[in-house]
Amino acid sequence: MNEIALLIAATLASGTALALAGLGLLLNEKAGVLNLGAEGMMLVGALAGFGAAYGTGNDWAAFAAGAAAGMVMAAVFGLLVIWLNTNQYATGLALTLFGGGLSAFIGVNFAGKTLGDRGTSGIPGLADVPFIGPALFRQHPMTYIAIALMFALAWFLYRSRAGLVVRGVGESPESAHALGYRVRWIRLGAVMAGGALCGIAGAYLSVVRAPLWVEGVTAGSGWIALALTTFATWRPARVLLGAYLFGGVTMLQFYLQGEGVEIASQLLAMLPYLSTIVVLALISRNPTWIRINMPASLGRPFHPGS
Amino acid sequence: MLKLEARPQPSKLMSLASPLIALALTVVVAALLFALLGKNPLVGLGAFFVEPLRGTRQLTEVALKATPLILCALGLAVCYRSNVWNIGAEGQFLLGAITAGGLALWVTTSDIHASRWVWTPLILIAGVLGGMAWAAIVALLRDRFNASEILVSLMLVYVAQQLVNYLVFVPWKDPMGFNFPQTKTFDASTWLETLVPRSRLHIGFAITLALVGVFWAFLFRSWRGYQLQVGGLAPAAARYAGFSARGALWTSMMISGGMAGLAGAMEAAGPLRQLTPHISTGYGFTAIIVCFVGRLHPVGIVFSGLLLSMFLIGGELGQSRLGLPNALTGVFQGLLLFLLLACDTLINYRVRWQATRHVAVAPPAAAVTTEATP
Repeated sequence: MNEIALLIAATLASGTALALAGLGLLLNEKAGVLNLGAEGMMLVGALAGFGAAYGTGNDWAAFAAGAAAGMVMAAVFGLLVIWLNTNQYATGLALTLFGGGLSAFIGVNFAGKTLGDRGTSGIPGLADVPFIGPALFRQHPMTYIAIALMFALAWFLYRSRAGLVVRGVGESPESAHALGYRVRWIRLGAVMAGGALCGIAGAYLSVVRAPLWVEGVTAGSGWIALALTTFATWRPARVLLGAYLFGGVTMLQFYLQGEGVEIASQLLAMLPYLSTIVVLALISRNPTWIRINMPASLGRPFHPGS
Repeated sequence: MLKLEARPQPSKLMSLASPLIALALTVVVAALLFALLGKNPLVGLGAFFVEPLRGTRQLTEVALKATPLILCALGLAVCYRSNVWNIGAEGQFLLGAITAGGLALWVTTSDIHASRWVWTPLILIAGVLGGMAWAAIVALLRDRFNASEILVSLMLVYVAQQLVNYLVFVPWKDPMGFNFPQTKTFDASTWLETLVPRSRLHIGFAITLALVGVFWAFLFRSWRGYQLQVGGLAPAAARYAGFSARGALWTSMMISGGMAGLAGAMEAAGPLRQLTPHISTGYGFTAIIVCFVGRLHPVGIVFSGLLLSMFLIGGELGQSRLGLPNALTGVFQGLLLFLLLACDTLINYRVRWQATRHVAVAPPAAAVTTEATP
């Protein structure tokens, strides 16, 4: 019973990074921009966050540094794809390759350095409830922030006027432009907000989850987060659910190893990636369904005046 | 203020000049970075752009490292020209190394003896098939399940890396290897023939150069190549002409998977002669940059492959001579691709100084379609 509670807790903790990045990318894509640089933004965010935490010892400084780093990376990407109309796939890949290189290059200074254990105090009163307490209420605050963020994003996108404009830009940039909205600036805003969330997700991985610096600390989380938006058919609640699903799969491999299951650890380590592929294939199977839900201008450049 | 003005048609000159401008800008940024790190910029740049070209030994190393880059990029060029976004050449490379390495290990432990001229073709074919099989998963899931080839091919890189780890840590581990995660050294009959005496450069480089000609002919002189490119540039026109999009997907994925697998086989049977967890130093990812810098053109890819190979060697030299982290190569690689994509804007637009009065700028239809496919 207690083991199950710990597995649930680990799932929530592990899914949080995917949830943060996935929600950020969702906002990106709702505005019609596909950023394949998620992994690069997360890595640079992870590095900036680790550096800040190492220097100040404060998690919130780390998240702020991660957000800033992710935002700068996203701004470079946004400038290229939105104003210079470069190919979104290629530019996103460039961002990932550059972020990987930069984080490895500067990260050399932090190699092998560790941060102190992040004491998770838990929510007073609730943390001591049997089973539910250890399962749900002894998390790092970021876990709850990610959940709150999901509600906030859902409200923003579907209940607020600004969210309507963002969705409009993603569905039909030409119409939004004709109505007088500044499509490029709105897209840049969405891209930078997405970058900030990816940066925070990276910082969460290196500061709270690890907490030590290893090169390539994100291990493909950015790509899984990108798959999440398709998996969730661009719905915030489903992004969160998907994040916990993949978080659970990631934790399952450690759980199985702990239980002494006779499968090589290298094969178990394939699980998150294999399950992403399987789920992606199952969800994408119905092309009509994907087409209906996908922001109509996703990945398409917009030239005002054309 | 500066304005981007659409050209009546894409500039051929700029298409060739853009990589050179991007390279020049990369050099400038690199020099600034060296100065910032307190190193002499001239020494730093020398490690990347002069030292790798000094002497036969260094030149053969450049060619050696360029071989997998050129091979992977040739295949990727076919993919990108067909608008198929295979970004998992790294995984297909690893699978080629596994199948070729598996065959070489079998030869090493079996009692069958044959000459190098028997084993080399078989090992290379094994690699091609391995890479193709890995790419087939991507094509199948795209074809049958509409799953994004970008995400599936990338996810399979992580799976392939874990598969390599598993094989060298468990079933294929050399029992006499002091518990290191590595296989036995392959039997000498499976090694690739060296091309230049007393160097590591193998016949794979010659095969690669021959394949450059084959790819040029395929892309620009064959009906199939033409069909693929029409499908990439104007999917609607290709459909109208009756060119199968599914056929294009499968053809381009099989070609690029096969090429990446071949590169993996050459790496395993060439310089490495055994399998370790570090078979690839990101060749499959660097090849994406090679592909774009080489303008998706087989001949251009040879030059960009050699250039990016110099970057790799420069990174190693920078580490040993200047004490800079090897990861600097990755920074320069990403930077080069960024700057290239930015400079590519000049192919379809020209920069004009303009008074602030507003003029609507409409890019021509031709410019828009080429934008969708780099």
